[in-house]
Amino acid sequence: MQVSVDRDRCCSSGMCVTNAPEVFDQDDRDSLVMLRQTVVPPEQFDDVRLAAELCPGRAITVTGDGPARTGA
Amino acid sequence: MTTAPTTPVLALPAPHSGGCPFGPPPAYPEAAATGPMTRAKLPDGDLCWLVTGFAEVRTVLSDRRFSADIRHPAFPLLVAGARELITDNPDFLRLDDPEHARQRRMLTGEFLVKRVEELRPEIQRIVDEALDRMTAGRTTADLVTDFALPVPSLVICLLLGVPYEDHDRFQSLSRTMLSRESTVEQLREAQEGVLEYLRDLTTRKRAQPEDDVLSRLAARDDLSAEDAAAMGVLLLVAGHETTANMIALSTALLLDHPEQIPGLADPATLPGAVEELLRLLTIVHTGLPRVALEDVELGGVTVRAGEGVMAMLSTANRDEAVFGGAGRRATDELDLHRDARRQLAFGFGVHQCLGQPLARAELQIALETLFRRLPELRPAGERAFRTESFIYGMRSLPVTW
Ligand code: HEM
Ligand code: SF4
Repeated sequence: MQVSVDRDRCCSSGMCVTNAPEVFDQDDRDSLVMLRQTVVPPEQFDDVRLAAELCPGRAITVTGDGPARTGA
Repeated sequence: MTTAPTTPVLALPAPHSGGCPFGPPPAYPEAAATGPMTRAKLPDGDLCWLVTGFAEVRTVLSDRRFSADIRHPAFPLLVAGARELITDNPDFLRLDDPEHARQRRMLTGEFLVKRVEELRPEIQRIVDEALDRMTAGRTTADLVTDFALPVPSLVICLLLGVPYEDHDRFQSLSRTMLSRESTVEQLREAQEGVLEYLRDLTTRKRAQPEDDVLSRLAARDDLSAEDAAAMGVLLLVAGHETTANMIALSTALLLDHPEQIPGLADPATLPGAVEELLRLLTIVHTGLPRVALEDVELGGVTVRAGEGVMAMLSTANRDEAVFGGAGRRATDELDLHRDARRQLAFGFGVHQCLGQPLARAELQIALETLFRRLPELRPAGERAFRTESFIYGMRSLPVTW
């Protein structure tokens, strides 16, 4: 699975941190989304997919299903 | 059945009569049952669309073709004559990007999930002290005035740096601002009153800064004094009336379903339980107003450029396809084991509630602590709901323990 974030679209809702805290964080400097890890283990696929669906700024993109690398 | 032209158009806002006292005005779910888009009439006589479907509500709130700019001449307003109250510089809740994002970003650092996590011990202390005061030497109380209101009020005052002694004053003004029974004249006075209060306070904070949100806003040179005051009003009103009503309604609802109270006790299920309470209660009953900037195909109709829409969070949050399912109670009932994480009580899109991490923390701590410390809590008389408010809630909830 690949996860990428578009920081220009992030409105700092914190929803991704609430739904998938292992994968997403909020940057101390500008409050925008940050990825915490580059590889998403399969047990977190559901959380990450939910985080992408529920991102109010549509800033999170998930592609692929396999235990792949992350982009961006 | 008659055809569309003779069907009476639903008048907004619908009265809160009949139906479940915890649910939205019955006219909204009735409209939702006929399809995701319903014609409705605003108090000024203009037609608009009532958007009731889950997917359609999410689209309206996240598609830039729908504007939140209240200065648009066709922006839907729920109080007759309120258009004359709109100023040239509304708060960012009612502005579009880029100005909305510019102002919102000045505050996002204050509401980071990890910032709010650090506040938990402080919130816990406020909750415990409120309960100490409520229970000291007596066995009955009004849960609204003795617990649900003071907790969020103390929290937001602490964060903003507003003296709590002043809370009576801004509480009654914000009541007037949120009441659908207020006249335009009363609205104007209340709006001016709160702004005046925040103007004075931010001026003082600029001269004598402290460690609080208002001081940091007042110190900025990229924010006018007027905009800083408007932002303070938004935070103060949005930050206490909403959470207070959620605490009161949640308590009353749980007292009606005592068998579900144990769902709050386990730290693993508490966050999910709060999402379910947010979903079912969806206190912004009237929906979120937007105006279409272009023609948009939505839910089988064409919304024309310049038409108003009301995104109805309460009906979207009762969508059986999203929140129902095998083994779950119907979506107009409480089911603390439901997966309610898709709930839209905080809105969606770039305006989604800025204070949601704080609201979640307050609700989790307040409800868990209340039912843990007072396991015998039960109703003690006639409760009253706040049906006249744009933010649904409770006027009183007598309890004993
Ligand atoms: C349970 C409690 C709460 C509920 C149900 C709630 C609900 C909402 C909703 C539905 C919106 C979106 C309005 C729109 O899109 O038109 C919103 C926006 C907002 N809320 Fe909350 N809220 C709550 C608590 C809070 C708290 C505690 C604060 C702050 C300290 C807060 C501050 C704000 C602000 C500043 C906005 C405007 C965001 C923007 O326009 O970008 N809210 N809230
Ligand atoms: S959910 Fe989306 S908008 Fe919210 S903080 Fe994460 S990336 Fe940003």
